[in-house]
Amino acid sequence: MPIVSLQGVTKTYPTTARDGAPVVAVDDVTLEIAQGDVFGIIGYSGAGKSTLVRLINALEPTTSGHLVVDGVDITTLSERELRKVRGGIGMIFQQFNLFSAKTVKANIAYPLKLAGWAKADIEVRVAELLAFVSLSDKARAFPEQLSGGQKQRVGIARALATRPAILLADEATSALDPQTTHEVLELLARVNREQGVTIVVITHEMDVIQTLATKVAVMENGRVVEQGDVFEVFSNPQNPASQRFVGTVIKGVPSPAEQASLQARHDGRLVTFSFRDGDSSQAQVFLDLAAAGLGFELVYGGINDIRGRAFGHLTLAIRGADAAIDATLKKIRGHATVTEIGSDAPAGTTSSEGGVR
Amino acid sequence: MDRLIELLPDFWQAALETLYMTTFALAMAGVIGTLIGIGLYVTRPGGLLPNRPVSILISFLVNFIRPIPFVIFIAVLQPFTRIVIGTGIGINAGAFAIGVAASFAIGRIVEQHLVSVSPGVIEAARAMGAGPWRILLTVAMPEALGPLILGYTFIVVALIDMTAMAGLVGGGGLGAFAQVYGFRQFEPVVMWAAIILIVVFVHLVQTFGTWLARRIMRR
Repeated sequence: MPIVSLQGVTKTYPTTARDGAPVVAVDDVTLEIAQGDVFGIIGYSGAGKSTLVRLINALEPTTSGHLVVDGVDITTLSERELRKVRGGIGMIFQQFNLFSAKTVKANIAYPLKLAGWAKADIEVRVAELLAFVSLSDKARAFPEQLSGGQKQRVGIARALATRPAILLADEATSALDPQTTHEVLELLARVNREQGVTIVVITHEMDVIQTLATKVAVMENGRVVEQGDVFEVFSNPQNPASQRFVGTVIKGVPSPAEQASLQARHDGRLVTFSFRDGDSSQAQVFLDLAAAGLGFELVYGGINDIRGRAFGHLTLAIRGADAAIDATLKKIRGHATVTEIGSDAPAGTTSSEGGVR
Repeated sequence: MDRLIELLPDFWQAALETLYMTTFALAMAGVIGTLIGIGLYVTRPGGLLPNRPVSILISFLVNFIRPIPFVIFIAVLQPFTRIVIGTGIGINAGAFAIGVAASFAIGRIVEQHLVSVSPGVIEAARAMGAGPWRILLTVAMPEALGPLILGYTFIVVALIDMTAMAGLVGGGGLGAFAQVYGFRQFEPVVMWAAIILIVVFVHLVQTFGTWLARRIMRR
């Protein structure tokens, strides 16, 4: 059974303009998050992903639809009951949102006090959490004495204090530099691996999804336009929005401008070969080209690895007799995806945003 | 100068009266004003316990009282002062009027400092399952404490200023002393002695308030 399940969930806000239509922040979203998943939700700002995550822990009430968290339909609960639900869901924020008037230790102890833990138990738990996020020496420090990465680690410790089953991360690394982002993502991966916490990651950065998530939903204008396994979405995005996001981290098929530049610099026909695990190996492609006596040069592309599964796009400039090239491409097309770039290319279609599917 | 030495017992008496009125008014306005400020903060739209009618009511009351010049307010309030204090004149009546006027000023100051607490921090507490009163007392108030102390300090200085006018209802104090024995009797030394002592009071209060706020805000 999924730990979080949304069925046709919609959230609208009354418009600020007079007589205007209500603003639909989340539009008929249906998705399921399984226990132990790291579920990424990606979208540009304003896509509705932050609202969506606030519906999951009932910080905002849903307008319609069903939202089941840990077996309970939270759309039917009273405010008092919702507070209990929230206590069982950890949340971390882009701006960390630490209590500036409290020490690191008091920040982490706060949710435990709310949950009514005994003082001695709180002491033990806080020490444990500080050790987990490697900040034992900062217990008495105040948030402003910490670096951004340290603040987010305190945020993570605080969010995990009551041993929640779910952790919501709202743009948790967007205010951090690349090195610190990497450290925080590592920590979140450990939280998921070692403690089995289901994590929902909201982000606009595709590399966060790439390094951390197992499942991904792409949001645009309040709707989920594509969702699935991270490998599937990365290696074969269907929706234009997904293709744009994937294009930010994957060097795939050259864009039209890049194609022109490549064509100017290289003789021969430009052909992109796309590989996914399960397809034929690159070796076979190179063997076929060599066997036909064709000259070729790798001019663009790369191979990517998502949790041990590889995919990628390689663009080659192939030189030789046209007839021989056509015959060889036909043969390769039997076991790999082939896209020929150029005006007179009959071999496939190219999309403008770097995705050829 | 001779006149000042002659009036020295009255001078010290007036100083004590100023201190007494300021303390009395601060204690009263501190409590009532903080409650008004909390009321404004929690009921405002998007607040911890949004309540439009209550919010509008408190806000209207504050906006009604605040613009009344204190010189007039102290007289307008007299019937009410008689009910509460038992008399409309004297040091207690003056202190009471200052307390009422200052409550509404403190209300706005408390509201402003609470509103400026980061909404994200409030949201974090909500996300942990904290209820509205819990958030107010354990998050919003502590987060706003440093600026609040500066706000109270600011008000104390205004209170000392208001005590000067309490002389109008026989409240006494350094303000009345400066006016009666200094200004009206053409005794600049007497007048300036009172002024300087008021300045010293204000300076001490401000220094203490700034020090305390710095300590709490750790900067």
